[in-house]
Amino acid sequence: MTRISVRHFFPHKKCLTLLLLLLAAEPAWAFGSGGARFWFPEAVSSYGAQVDRLFVIVLAVTGAIFFLVEGALLWFLIRYRRRDGVAAAYVHGNVRAEIIWTVIPAAIVLYLALASQRVWAYIQGPPPPHQLELEIKAEQFAWNIRYPGPDGRLHTTDDVETINQLHLPVGQVVLINLSSKDVIHSLFLPQFRLKRDAVPGMTGRMWVQATNTGNFEIVCAELCGLGHYRMRGFVVIETPDAFQAWLKQVQQEQSA
Amino acid sequence: MSPAQHSAPSRAGFWRTYVFSTDHKVIGIQFLITSLVMLLFGGLLAALMRWQLGWPGHPLPFMEQIAPNGMPGGVMVPEYYNMLFTMHGSIMIFFGIIPILVGAFGNYLIPLKIGAPDMAFPRLNMASYWLMPPAIVIMLAGFFVEGGAASAGWTSYTPLSATLGAGQTCWIVSVIFVGTSSIIGAINYIATIINLRAKGLTFFRLPMSIWALFITAIMSLLATPVLASAVIMLLLDRGLGTSFFLPAGMVVDGVPWTGHSGGQVLLWQHLFWFYSHPAVYIMILPAMGFVSDILANFSRKPLFGYHSMVYAISGIAVLGFLVWAHHMFVSGMNPALGTSFMAATMVIAVPTGVKMFNWLATLWRGSIRLTTPMFHACAFLSLFLVGGLTGIFAASMPVDIYLHDTYFIVAHLHYVLLGGSLFGAFAGITYWFPKMFGRMMNERLGLAHGALSFLFFNAVMFPMFILGIGGMPRRIYDWSQYAHLAHFGPLNRMMSVSAFCLVVTQFIFMVNFFWSLFKGKRAPENPWEATTLEWATSSPPPHGNFATPPTVFHGPYEYSVPGRATDWVAQNAA
Repeated sequence: MTRISVRHFFPHKKCLTLLLLLLAAEPAWAFGSGGARFWFPEAVSSYGAQVDRLFVIVLAVTGAIFFLVEGALLWFLIRYRRRDGVAAAYVHGNVRAEIIWTVIPAAIVLYLALASQRVWAYIQGPPPPHQLELEIKAEQFAWNIRYPGPDGRLHTTDDVETINQLHLPVGQVVLINLSSKDVIHSLFLPQFRLKRDAVPGMTGRMWVQATNTGNFEIVCAELCGLGHYRMRGFVVIETPDAFQAWLKQVQQEQSA
Repeated sequence: MSPAQHSAPSRAGFWRTYVFSTDHKVIGIQFLITSLVMLLFGGLLAALMRWQLGWPGHPLPFMEQIAPNGMPGGVMVPEYYNMLFTMHGSIMIFFGIIPILVGAFGNYLIPLKIGAPDMAFPRLNMASYWLMPPAIVIMLAGFFVEGGAASAGWTSYTPLSATLGAGQTCWIVSVIFVGTSSIIGAINYIATIINLRAKGLTFFRLPMSIWALFITAIMSLLATPVLASAVIMLLLDRGLGTSFFLPAGMVVDGVPWTGHSGGQVLLWQHLFWFYSHPAVYIMILPAMGFVSDILANFSRKPLFGYHSMVYAISGIAVLGFLVWAHHMFVSGMNPALGTSFMAATMVIAVPTGVKMFNWLATLWRGSIRLTTPMFHACAFLSLFLVGGLTGIFAASMPVDIYLHDTYFIVAHLHYVLLGGSLFGAFAGITYWFPKMFGRMMNERLGLAHGALSFLFFNAVMFPMFILGIGGMPRRIYDWSQYAHLAHFGPLNRMMSVSAFCLVVTQFIFMVNFFWSLFKGKRAPENPWEATTLEWATSSPPPHGNFATPPTVFHGPYEYSVPGRATDWVAQNAA
């Protein structure tokens, strides 16, 4: 066996150390010089914090398993490296160990599944009573957004239409009916932790409740053709009064 | 032709010996070379994408000669970027990973490891290889047709894929060829493993690599016909006016599509993922098998928990058919379906965990030799772990709402398919190279290639998790216009530099491969002192594999048996 064992894992340890340092320095520089944030964008919807908390729970569980397994792997590679005169153990397995490492992961994923289902049911379940209903119809490569006019109802003559301009009143529950004219698009509002495909032939219903005012962007998250990358929209979350004023202004511009 | 007739000494000429050969070893090596070339090509396409992502809109002057329409003046146009990721994904999956794991190793190893002279259907086997070159030519021909190559992503979601030009037709026809190749290959593997095992080689004496290839073949046989029918339905929708996937009332680019009604857009996704999620396991189970063989050998220990390992891959295969719609949590399907697919997806983590813990326990109290194949096998454990664990984020539906179609998913799938499948493939190549070519590979070059690939892989792929958490969508030609992504410039450039380094590192492997092929040390029959049957014949094995049919008396991993003179007992030792 000795003829194939590797006595010198790396012949030039100094070179390797230097290379490792360089590689470590590069991302450090990249992180530092960008003044970068390495977490989610701020959360501005009622379920944003719940999604983030769920992410942290999954991260904590998987992170612990990650360090445990990688640590054991490294430790075994060092501790049980080939040594003259030391033979490997002749062991075929252990039923108790198999049961332990089947049952514990099963319990962990059961917990994660239940935690996920709770948040899922909140987001996807029956929406709370809403104050506003609007319609978004996607097409290559724009978001057509339709608001009810003064009569408060959609699909009447006083509807207000915009392209790529999504205004939402803060604190109010808003129902969105999402569809598409041509191919699949996906309405992605990163700060709302919301994403839903706009599918031709189907109407998707979802609800949002903004918790903070501010200006954000709509991203198209489903490949929809050559202009996919520039299918960008703008979100303005404002006070209900400012929202009504904006709606009135757009309506006057349209009827003029 | 029966295997017995087939094993007669070959007096065939050059063409029948090296090109249109029915010898499983030649076919395996043909698959190997073809897929290595395609992996390199797919990697170059990825490097080109990384150029655009690192330096959006900056010219790459020499590319104007190569792709005058895609990169006029050396500046990439958006359509060309879409073609690049579509072809990168399609090539890597259909012509790289599946053929190298299933085609190359399946063909080469199955008869040798079960003590058979050849496959059950040698001519069918030859046909399964010779469907690949036309598939590749047709897929790549897309770059030269009007409108360029397919650009709807490797998933070719309808209706976008129904609106695109001739390149998409090339993609569909190519996939039909690949699918046919997979199906007839799978039939052959199943028939061979069931019928041609050596005397004494019971199912529970099969090495894990054969178990994995067997179960992979069953999955392939059940799933691939669904893909084949889906792409044929898409072809009919495009060419003959059917409406499987096209609803009424579509208006594309201002033009009403009047000829269609009643189609269901999501049907494509269900059919596609009914194949393509099992395909993920088709692409990882064989690597798991090779790694099991290699870990046991270089730990000089029996594989820990052999039976539970077999049950675990069987469990993964069954569950693998019940999780497809976890790709569709935000597609608008019924939220109750989301719950059931989440549950099945979470459950699949259990058998995967069982495998991981058994591999670790195999190392425990071993006598570990960190050779090149062993290094790659350990890299597989370390990287596949990340791929598997990040799958739990994507399985948790509310988290997936946010992460779906972001770079988090790109990172996750590359940890599985490059960190897992391809590190597993390189473990396999470096382990079986002496058997295939009768020469040893250079250890120093092998370790340098493995270690540098490991470093650069992590440097390009790990930051993608950060991009995904930051909300960067995938398949995006120019991310820099979005305010919430504006700070990712330096990180993206660092990743691009690492990606270029990762491509360059592969030349170390190429040098090692060709240098060893001609100048490497002559390999003995059993250089790794391994127990399984492929090592009980010469390197390379003759036509017909074994001088006398072997008889098996032992399990596949009898290492360090107390009281023996050597620390290994061959499966066919009396």
